Amino acid sequence: MNMINLTIDGIAVSVPAGTTILEAAKAAGIRIPTLCYLKDINEIGACRMCVVDAGGRALAAACVVPVSEGMNVKTNTPAVREARKVNLELILSNHDKKCLSCVRSTNCELQALCVEYGVEDENRYQGDITAHEIDEISPSIVRNNLKCVLCRRCVAVCSKVQNVGVIGPVYRGFKTSIECAWGESLADAPCINCGQCIAVCPTAALTEKDDTQKVFAALADPDKYVVVQTAPAVRAALGEEFGIPMGTSVTGKMVTALRRMHFDKVFDTDFAADLTIMEEATELVNRVKNGGVLPMITSCSPGWIKYCETYYPEFLPNLSTCKSPHEMEGALIKSYFAEKEGIDPAKIYVVSVMPCTAKKFECQRPEMGQGAMKDVDVVITTAELARMIKQSGIDFAALPDGDFDKLMGESTGAAVIFGATGGVMEAALRTAYEVITGKTLEDVNFTQVRGLGDCEVKEASLDLDGLKVNVAVAHSTGMASKLLDMVKSGEKDYTFIEVMGCPGGCVNGGGQPHVSPAEREKNDPRILRAKALYDEDAGKSIRKSHENPEIKQIYKDYLGEPNSHKAHELLHTTYTVREKYV
Amino acid sequence: MSVLDHKDKLQKLDEVIAANKGTRGAVMRTLQSAQDIFEHVPKDVQMYIAKGLDVTLSEVYGVATFYSQFALEPRGEYIIGVCMGTACYVKGSALILERIENELDVLPGQTTPDLKFTLKDTRCLGACGLAPVIMINEDVYGRLVPDDIPGILAKYKAM
Repeated sequence: MNMINLTIDGIAVSVPAGTTILEAAKAAGIRIPTLCYLKDINEIGACRMCVVDAGGRALAAACVVPVSEGMNVKTNTPAVREARKVNLELILSNHDKKCLSCVRSTNCELQALCVEYGVEDENRYQGDITAHEIDEISPSIVRNNLKCVLCRRCVAVCSKVQNVGVIGPVYRGFKTSIECAWGESLADAPCINCGQCIAVCPTAALTEKDDTQKVFAALADPDKYVVVQTAPAVRAALGEEFGIPMGTSVTGKMVTALRRMHFDKVFDTDFAADLTIMEEATELVNRVKNGGVLPMITSCSPGWIKYCETYYPEFLPNLSTCKSPHEMEGALIKSYFAEKEGIDPAKIYVVSVMPCTAKKFECQRPEMGQGAMKDVDVVITTAELARMIKQSGIDFAALPDGDFDKLMGESTGAAVIFGATGGVMEAALRTAYEVITGKTLEDVNFTQVRGLGDCEVKEASLDLDGLKVNVAVAHSTGMASKLLDMVKSGEKDYTFIEVMGCPGGCVNGGGQPHVSPAEREKNDPRILRAKALYDEDAGKSIRKSHENPEIKQIYKDYLGEPNSHKAHELLHTTYTVREKYV
Repeated sequence: MSVLDHKDKLQKLDEVIAANKGTRGAVMRTLQSAQDIFEHVPKDVQMYIAKGLDVTLSEVYGVATFYSQFALEPRGEYIIGVCMGTACYVKGSALILERIENELDVLPGQTTPDLKFTLKDTRCLGACGLAPVIMINEDVYGRLVPDDIPGILAKYKAM
C-alpha cells in the first residue's frame, strides 16, 4: 500500500494514500471539529468547521482534502481558531437562536461548538434571515429550517442509506434550503417516517413530532384508563438520557418510572413480540407447506412497511400479514385485557413507547384498529419518554427496579432481541425449528444472523431437520432495496427475510436518544445497545416465544390457536400500494 | 390540460430521456432539453423526467431550482432583462425597472397574464458603455430614460 508521510501539529503520521487530513489526524489522536461530516455518508466540506492550515494559500477543509507527502498540517493556530469562530458566528447570523426553548439544547452540535470556540456574541453578524415555514404536518417528523445549518447530513442519509431521497437542497446561495420537491410537506412526500434524518441532524432542524402533552393530558384525565407498553429497544437506550452508560439495560428502572408517572398498567411490548413469533412462525410454516408466497418478509418495522408499499409494491404479497408487536398488544389490551378486567375499551388509552418515529404514522393507519377505536392511541419515542420522566421530577438513575404488570408483562429472550437486527429472524427460527421438527432446539443462538454484517445483507442457510431454509436479514431500507432487487432478478432465493428499516435495527431507530457522529465513532449504539439486549436474552430462563406462560394462557383462554379466526381479526393486517411520485 | 398532452413534444422528451438515462449529468441535460421543448419545466414535466430517468423528484427539482435558466412557470414570449449591474444602476436602471413594472403591472420574475412579457432584473449584461441597458430577447436598448419605455414596449405589443 502506498503510504504517505506527513506531520500534523508536529506529530509524524504515516497513512495510506487517499486518506483525508481529518482521518489522518484521528489516527494521530488529534481531534478536528466537524459539523457537516458524517463518516462514509456525508463528506462534502460544506460547513468548513474542520479547516486547518495545510500550508496552502487558504485554509483547507480537512474532511475532503487528501494528505500529500511531506504535508505539514497545523490544526491549532490563531488563524485556524479565528476562522472556525467566524464561521460559527456566520452560521448564527441566519439561525433561530432560541436555545432556551430548544428541544436539542445541551445536545446540539452547533451549540457545543459555539461554547468550545468561545463565541461571545451570537449576534455579531446581523443581516437577512431566510424565511421558512415549519413543516409539522407529518405525524412523525417536524422540519424547522430556521434551525438548519445546511449540512446535508439528512439529505445524504435519506438517499444513500435509506434509498428514499425525499429531501434535497433547493434553490441556491443564500436562498438554499433543504426541503421536499415543490415545497411539499414530509407528510405528503413519499417519506417513510423512519426518522434517520432526525438521528443525524446536528441541531433541532429535524425533530420527532412531540406527543408528550397528549400523554400528560391522558394521565390527568380521571375518565381514562391509561395503559403503557414499551418496545424492546427502549430499555437498551433510555438510560443514556440519565447519564447511564450506553449499552446498559434499564428495564426495571423504566417500569418503576412509568408506574410513578401514574400509568394504570405497565405492559411489555415484548409479550406481543412473543405473540408475533407465534403468529409469524405459523404463517411461515403454512406458506412453506401450502405453497404460499415466498420469501416471506417480516412486517414489524413500519418504516420498512411504508418503504415496501411505496417503492416495492410488487412485494406486498410477500409481507407477513402480522401487525407489528405494539399494534397487536394494543388490540389485545382493548379486547382480551378489557374483558378480563371488565373495563370499557372505549375508556382505555394505550400509549406505546417506541424507539421509532414511523410508529407514530403506523398507529394512525386506518388498518390499525376496530372501526373508530385505534389499537394504539399515541406513540411516543424513547427520547420523548426521557423528557416526560425529567418533567415528572423523577430521579431516574436512583430508582429501584420494578416488574411489568401481569397478563401482558411476561416475555422471553426471543422477544427481547426483537430490537436488534437479526433478532426477529432468530426468535422466529427458535420457534419454527421446534414447530417444524417437533424436536427441542438445544442451542438457541443463531449467531449467523446477529451483528451489523459489515453493513451488508446477512445470509444463513439452515437445515431444519432435513428442510433447507435460506434466510436473509437487511437493516436499513437501502439494504432492503438491494436485497429485493436480487430476489426480483432471481439471483437469490430465500424462504424468509427479516427487514428492519433502520441501520442496526430498532436500537438505532429515529426515536432513540441522540448520539452525535463523533460519539458514534467511539461508541457505536448499534453494537452497544444490541449487546444489552443479547445479554438480557442470555440471562432469561425462557428463551423461546412458544414457552412464554402468558402466551400459552392467551391462546388457551382467548385466541384459540395461532392464525385462528380471532387472531386474524385482531393481530393481522393488510397493506396499501402507495404512489412513489407525488 | 397538461403540457404533456402535446404528443409530438412528449415524443421528443421520451427520446431525450432514452438517450440520457443512466448517464452522468442526465438530470441537467434532460431538463435543458425539456425546457427547449416545453419552454418551461413545470411539475408534471419534472415528474415525467424523474420517472423516466428513475431518479427522485427531489433530485430533479433541486437541479431545476439551482439554475436560474430553468423556468418552473410559463414565461412570456418576450423576456425583458433590466441590467442592475453597477454602471447601469448608477445611471438609473432602478427607475427604468420601476417604469416597466408600472407599464406592465408585473414585478421582476413575473409574467404578464397574456404571456407576452416576463420581467427579470439581471446581473451585468456587459454593455456598460450604453448604461442603463435593457434586453428584450436578443435586442439591446441603451442610454435609456424612463420615458423611452412605453414606445419600446409598444413595438413588441404590436408584434
